[in-house]
Amino acid sequence: MSANASSATVSGPPNTTALPLKTQLRRAERLKKLKYGALIAPLALFLLLTFLWPIGALLMRSVENPEVPEALPQTLHALAGWDRQALPGDAVFAALVADLTENKGSRTLAVAAKRLNMEEPGFRSLFMNSARKMPLEPGVAPRQALLEMDPQWGELATWQLIARNGRAYTDYFLLAALDMYRDGAGDITQADPLSSIFVDIFARTFWMSLIVTIWCLALGYPVAYLLATQSSRVSNLLMIFVLLPFWTSILVRVAAWIVLLQQGGLINMGLISLGIIDQPLQLVFNRIGVYIAMVHILLPFMILPLYSVMKGISPTYLRAAVSLGCPPFRSYWKVYFPMTVPGVAAGGLLVFIIAMGYYITPALLGSPKEQMASYFVAFYTNETTNWGMAAALSAVLLVATMILYFVYNRLVGSASSGAKPR
Amino acid sequence: MKQKQSTMKCLALAIGMATMGAAHADLTVISFGGTNQKAQVKAFYEPFTRDTKIGIVQGEYNGEQAKIKAMVDAKNVTWDVVEVESPELARGCEEGVYEKLDYSKIGNKKDYLDSAIRECGFGFFVWSTVLAYNADNLKTAPTSWADFWDLKKFPGKRGMRKGAKFTLEFALMADGVKPADVYKVLGSKAGVERAFKKLDQIKPQIQWWEAGAQPPQLLASGDVVMSSAYNGRIAAAQQEGRNLKIVWTGNIYDVEFFALPVGVAQRDAAYKFLATVGKADHQKVYSSEIPYGPTNLKAMAQIPPAVAAELPTAPANAKTAMASNTSFWVEHGEDLEQRFNAWAAR
Repeated sequence: MSANASSATVSGPPNTTALPLKTQLRRAERLKKLKYGALIAPLALFLLLTFLWPIGALLMRSVENPEVPEALPQTLHALAGWDRQALPGDAVFAALVADLTENKGSRTLAVAAKRLNMEEPGFRSLFMNSARKMPLEPGVAPRQALLEMDPQWGELATWQLIARNGRAYTDYFLLAALDMYRDGAGDITQADPLSSIFVDIFARTFWMSLIVTIWCLALGYPVAYLLATQSSRVSNLLMIFVLLPFWTSILVRVAAWIVLLQQGGLINMGLISLGIIDQPLQLVFNRIGVYIAMVHILLPFMILPLYSVMKGISPTYLRAAVSLGCPPFRSYWKVYFPMTVPGVAAGGLLVFIIAMGYYITPALLGSPKEQMASYFVAFYTNETTNWGMAAALSAVLLVATMILYFVYNRLVGSASSGAKPR
Repeated sequence: MKQKQSTMKCLALAIGMATMGAAHADLTVISFGGTNQKAQVKAFYEPFTRDTKIGIVQGEYNGEQAKIKAMVDAKNVTWDVVEVESPELARGCEEGVYEKLDYSKIGNKKDYLDSAIRECGFGFFVWSTVLAYNADNLKTAPTSWADFWDLKKFPGKRGMRKGAKFTLEFALMADGVKPADVYKVLGSKAGVERAFKKLDQIKPQIQWWEAGAQPPQLLASGDVVMSSAYNGRIAAAQQEGRNLKIVWTGNIYDVEFFALPVGVAQRDAAYKFLATVGKADHQKVYSSEIPYGPTNLKAMAQIPPAVAAELPTAPANAKTAMASNTSFWVEHGEDLEQRFNAWAAR
């Protein structure tokens, strides 16, 4: 209201033009927005199609469970309303016989048997062997016939498992990715500690990424400082050394580390010939080898953000602090370091997140004790073709990373925005 | 005039070749690579191309079924013939990844080992996983899997394939289980515990390998003193002059198959290829290139005794051997591999 009044006084007497001008302005603004929108539309569309949609589809795979409903529709229909406390009635057995007869030898049945076998080894042969004996002789009671084929049809757990997988969606894979499962009654239970693996693997993934990030920071910070403070001729030369590994294939770099670090490798031979050690050190196919290679590969991701921040810090701040009587180290710590925190934050986040997804380096340079979450995603994708499990592991890793990013942003984000030079 | 004639000839030739190329597109055959594939080239690929004029595009993989499943699901099958191990074949056959074979186009079923004839796969050689050692590095020769576990008598690292399959069988044999009873014991929970407990004894000394080419290298370089290995790879290293030896006691043998993915593009050529692979003459050449046993019964009779003694199918070698139980691994594979991963990562 007041803006309207003031604009009227400023724009002068022809009061009637104020309204069209405003709409004109708004129209121009909208046009501008549309233009901007059109400019970023290809990128947005590209991201949507190549990034968000596949990720969404992948996450869906971790809960999809279509196999059993497709193979045993009549059985599941007959099982509807079953209390899961006692063996189901004859109608259910008859429905199962009908389903097995219909799908005998089909892909649908084999896939459903494979799905159930994941939860309970032995189900594949139970299903396939029973289906092979279909159809039943006329006049034979389905219940009697199935129980004669395999006593497992008389067990409550068998039917509970089928009923539990009767819906098109399941939390089985996600629970399994957290070392949990649903028991016969449908309650969530911890998995047998001897088969539990994934919680440890996720903890290991985070821990190893953290260690790599800390090492990258410790090694990268002085290098970035050197790059930022030297004359451009020297710093350009140094920059080439930093960037050189970027232009080499990651496989080549990993293979080179194997050559350097192995038992009869350059480093062990050098140390032995210098008389520092008598026995070759175990430097590869263990944690040390993985750390060395990962830090080497990820260092540029730490140095470059640090360098760009440090380059923007005027050396006069430090000189001013020293000239005002602050001791050199103290002035560095109190004046210079806080201004580099945004670089530390960006570099740390970059290195940490890239390290979390590392696969090839631990696979080639580590023992089974060094494998990270991605190794198991690859294992389930390629070797056992259990894509639900691979998707569930990816989903857990993604969510854990996002939570961590959120916490990190809270902690470091506020600190770095507070330290920005004003 | 003469020049014109020759250009016409050239043109005709070019057209002829172009149409021929269209009629016979190349056949893509995928194997496991290495010395095994080299032997296949000499024994099967070259005679096939010579007889049928169909070229072969070679490829290799490590047995991962994901790629084939993805091709079949997307109905864009670019691999025509694939080498497959038996549990994967059994699973793929049920789940509609591999075609059911028409044996009338391959040969007479009676000419082959019973175990080579499967609904979706044609077995073309018998291979074995054996105990191998470097005779230069060991003063006394090990004789069994119990010796493999004896860290006092044979100090040093041991190589084993990273995975539950065969590793658990060897552990049970080392623990005194008879080959005939191994799968019965392994089928029970107590048996699985027993196998892992036995593996615990040598766990810090195990160097895991993944590709078949690794064990001969690890043995030759002295990184391990003994290793489980595919017998053919050890034989190839022996021919290169390495002093590697094979212990046949307690070896596990299996048949290797060729299969056609569902929706294979070059079906006729693929069947012609399988027929070539089945011929006794070609299998004989294969077995003398790499000592894996033939599946054609006639080929077995033609092989010279010196070569035959090195094959998994030789009576002396098969005496204490056990057959890999395909249905056991189809059933328990996923469960035991998960357990193995959890154990190995600890």
